[in-house]
Amino acid sequence: MSLFLIVALPFLGALLPGLMNSAGRQACAGVTFMVSLVALVGLLTHLPAVLAGELVTARVDWIPALGLNLTLMLDGLGFFFACLILGIGLLIIAYARSYLSRDDHMGEFFTYLLLFQGAMVGIVLSDNVLILLIFWELTSLSSFLLIGYWKHLPEGRQGARMALTVTGMGGLAMIGGMLLLGQIVGSYDLSVILENRDLIQASPLYLPALILILLGCFTKSAQFPFHFWLPHAMAAPTPVSAYLHSATMVKAGIFLMARMWPVLSGTPEWFVIVTTAGLITMVLGAVIALFKHDLKALLAFSTVSHLGLITMLLGTGTAFGALAAVFHILNHATFKAALFMSAGIVDHAVHTRDIRRLGGLRHLMPVTFVIATLAALSMAGIPLLNGFLSKEMMLEETLHTTLFDMPWLVPGLATFGALFSAAYSFRLIGHTFLGKERDDYPDHPHDPKPGLWLPPALLIIPVVVIGLAPFLAEPFVKLVTASVLGGAAEMPSAHFKIWHGFGPALYMSIIAVVGGLVLLALFTPLLRVWDASPRPEAKRIFDRVIAGAVGLSQAVSLRLHNGAFSRYAAIMAVTVVAVGYYAWATGTVGAATRAMQPTNAVQIAGWLMLVAAACGLVFLHRNRLLSLILIGIVGLIVSAGFVFFSAPDLAMTQLTVEVVTIILLLLALNFLPNHTPIESTVLRRSRDVVISVVAGLATMALSYHYLLRDTVAPSISEFHLANSYKGGGGTNVVNVILVDFRGFDTYGEIIVLGIAALLIYALTETLLSGPVRARLLNRKPDQPRAGGRHPMMMVVMTRVIMPVVLLVGFYIFLRGHNEPGGGFIAGLIVSIAVVMQYMASGFAWASARLRYPYHGIIGTGVLIAGLTGIGSWFFNKPFLTSDFTYVRIPPFYKFELATAALFDLGVFLAVVGAVMLTLESFSRLARRAHVPEADHPMDIDPSREDTKAEA
Amino acid sequence: MELLVASAIGILTASGLYLVLRLRTFPVIMGTSLLTYAVNVFLFASGRLTVGAPPILTDAARYTDPLPQALVLTAIVISFGMTAVVVMIALGAYLGGNDDHVDDLIPASDAEDRT
Repeated sequence: MSLFLIVALPFLGALLPGLMNSAGRQACAGVTFMVSLVALVGLLTHLPAVLAGELVTARVDWIPALGLNLTLMLDGLGFFFACLILGIGLLIIAYARSYLSRDDHMGEFFTYLLLFQGAMVGIVLSDNVLILLIFWELTSLSSFLLIGYWKHLPEGRQGARMALTVTGMGGLAMIGGMLLLGQIVGSYDLSVILENRDLIQASPLYLPALILILLGCFTKSAQFPFHFWLPHAMAAPTPVSAYLHSATMVKAGIFLMARMWPVLSGTPEWFVIVTTAGLITMVLGAVIALFKHDLKALLAFSTVSHLGLITMLLGTGTAFGALAAVFHILNHATFKAALFMSAGIVDHAVHTRDIRRLGGLRHLMPVTFVIATLAALSMAGIPLLNGFLSKEMMLEETLHTTLFDMPWLVPGLATFGALFSAAYSFRLIGHTFLGKERDDYPDHPHDPKPGLWLPPALLIIPVVVIGLAPFLAEPFVKLVTASVLGGAAEMPSAHFKIWHGFGPALYMSIIAVVGGLVLLALFTPLLRVWDASPRPEAKRIFDRVIAGAVGLSQAVSLRLHNGAFSRYAAIMAVTVVAVGYYAWATGTVGAATRAMQPTNAVQIAGWLMLVAAACGLVFLHRNRLLSLILIGIVGLIVSAGFVFFSAPDLAMTQLTVEVVTIILLLLALNFLPNHTPIESTVLRRSRDVVISVVAGLATMALSYHYLLRDTVAPSISEFHLANSYKGGGGTNVVNVILVDFRGFDTYGEIIVLGIAALLIYALTETLLSGPVRARLLNRKPDQPRAGGRHPMMMVVMTRVIMPVVLLVGFYIFLRGHNEPGGGFIAGLIVSIAVVMQYMASGFAWASARLRYPYHGIIGTGVLIAGLTGIGSWFFNKPFLTSDFTYVRIPPFYKFELATAALFDLGVFLAVVGAVMLTLESFSRLARRAHVPEADHPMDIDPSREDTKAEA
Repeated sequence: MELLVASAIGILTASGLYLVLRLRTFPVIMGTSLLTYAVNVFLFASGRLTVGAPPILTDAARYTDPLPQALVLTAIVISFGMTAVVVMIALGAYLGGNDDHVDDLIPASDAEDRT
């Protein structure tokens, strides 16, 4: 099966449990199980190739320019981890089916689980570090959903948030590290990076990259000082804990350290950082675990401790260390998953996980007892179980490891950790299952149905088999280790054996086990000492740090972003001017290359009108109706300016847009107050004047400078001028650019326009269906109203000129390709014609004669434009390739048929629909349903105050 | 002539920005409209000013730069859409809350709730 499919299956399958939810819980779990099973089988089809030492790859170039390619690879290490993820995943799915209660939404759970599974498989199969980073972040996100699955529990939510914060931050650091690594090597392909050990280690960027990547690994794998999130994540349902904390999530960091081992390890920096962190984590986790009363918390800290052990082994940088680490990953995954599931079974049966309320369960829950005991003994490092083998290899390795010039330090601490590890394992067995039967269990203890005990029982098989016959696991573990080592080190010749003869490692093991028993015997007094000693509470520190960070960012953001729009606007204006000034002051300004053009009196007159209107607007803006008139003047002068400066299309567009904008603002002003009160202080107004004048001077200086200079690089406009007729078949270059050269932009823009109109429609609907409706209906106009609502002259005039205006619109549309005009302008002209009917004859009259809804017109326009674009696909041309031809139908002149005209028709319809829907929405607010609207001209408004008085 | 256009852009920007900094929705909308004019003219002028040479292909020897014109044309139409949406939001806020202030200060107690 293709590697792509193996990674994609869990993601695709994640859709199924949600869909199957109504089909029942069995179906839901069944389909999830099948998805994982198919992926696992697909993976196993590659087993022969992996065993033969081949590298299975799959590659699709995605964005080659960025080095971002979808490349996957499967080697021993990836295969090993993928097997753990999918294999233990299967057992977890079966277990979760029985574990989750009726109240838990099963589809949701399995969807999250599959998402997580897919992300994990993606990490271990990625051959591109950028893809790996994406999957890495996906595991953080999906584990957040899983840990917080029980949304009603505050601990669940807090634990999920903490896990996301810590691992997310680490992920961020790792992105930096991976990018540095890619920069050093010049490729983001993992297989290339792994071959450049010397290049990477010689680079000055090695240390920063190492630290950043290790931050990612340490946060994910809960290494000191980031270990605190893992125990809090125990608020998740037990299947999640068993999955995330035995085989998957926390092993991701370990996986990455193993993956990067050939290029990053072997330096003093790697050795000191990784070994120290691992050693501290191992000892700290083991000590805390002994004194935890919650079964899951005990297991959580023991997981932290074991992860520390593996990290330390990888940190030693020797081949034997790597071998032991890989072996322990396998062993830990098996016994820890079994232990988590057993803890879940106890919780399920007795309804408590508090070890102080348990004890004597061995006769009541014999099956669970056997499973948990075997797993815990393996964890303690008792011979004939797999935990013993890897733990002894670890102790052996520590004997050859010297940290900080103290040869006794690492072996001593490792033995100390192993001792506590044995102690908490014994406590788990002793205080839960051994001892006297009690009569105060919260619930009646009993062995569960096979659905719950079978999955952990299956995991116990490898625990025992590997423990008894380690040579069975040896070839596979060595195969995986070989792919960890890469070309960086020779495979150690050591064999896995139960009996190595008497040696220091065996003595250390014996000390650990005996010491563990002694600790358990002394547990009560030790606990008293532990409880009395002060300890930092990780959660409280974390909360305080987060609160501090939130406070700091709030202090900054509230200062800049306090809800006052005028403040943001001022800050932005000042910033832009300051940055522009900096650029101007530090850059160079070339000499003027263009001569100033002469000025005549007409231009000065126009300029004076513009200035007068703009300044008048500033001084008279409190009178809102007057400011509308003034802004209309500005718009007209700008249109005239476009005419003068050879832009007829722009002038026509500006003019027509001006008309619809003023109508729109008039409609709005109908409801808004017609006067703006004086509110701001003189000081504030002076400040605003200073800001605006400075910004105005800056834009003026900028415009003046570039108007007198030619462009530095030659403009691409020459191309458009040269090809407009030849390639686009039109002489109006602006229109050809719009509908042909840059047709895709125009397509986007009509869609935006349509969305804006629909948004306005939706907002109107919301307003009219809410409490605002009543206020609108009871509104008293603040101005005396005119008596004649539909003046006869206007009604007659608009109806008479309607066909004329439509004809003009049609003409403007048709000639657009060659003369000023086109879809945009024609659309606006036709809209104005229709709006005039609304204004003159009233809303009711106009809408009664409206045959097509405006939404439909927008949609038709966008559809026609889109289909025109798609049409070119049928001729094997890219989207929106245009074509044209000339036809002659007597008695007409020869005329042109262009696909661009069809596209322009789409533009036309979209503009008409959007403008009309906007204006119609505004008018609907004004419509008063309870006032009957006659549809003939010259009626008298009955709601008018003075009419009532007369009556 | 270049000075006239440049100063017009400057004056439109200054008056537009002043109105944008006002406290009520309507002057702010007027201000953004003025700023829109300023920006459109600015973009249009980036093709440099040419009199009497429209980009309609004839036998003429020179034409003005058509590209900024095409860009500004759609900008004008889109700015209508933008103005309409902003006006609608302003109107909705006024009708819903009977208040047309643009500044909505975050009260201190609200800021504490967010932590």
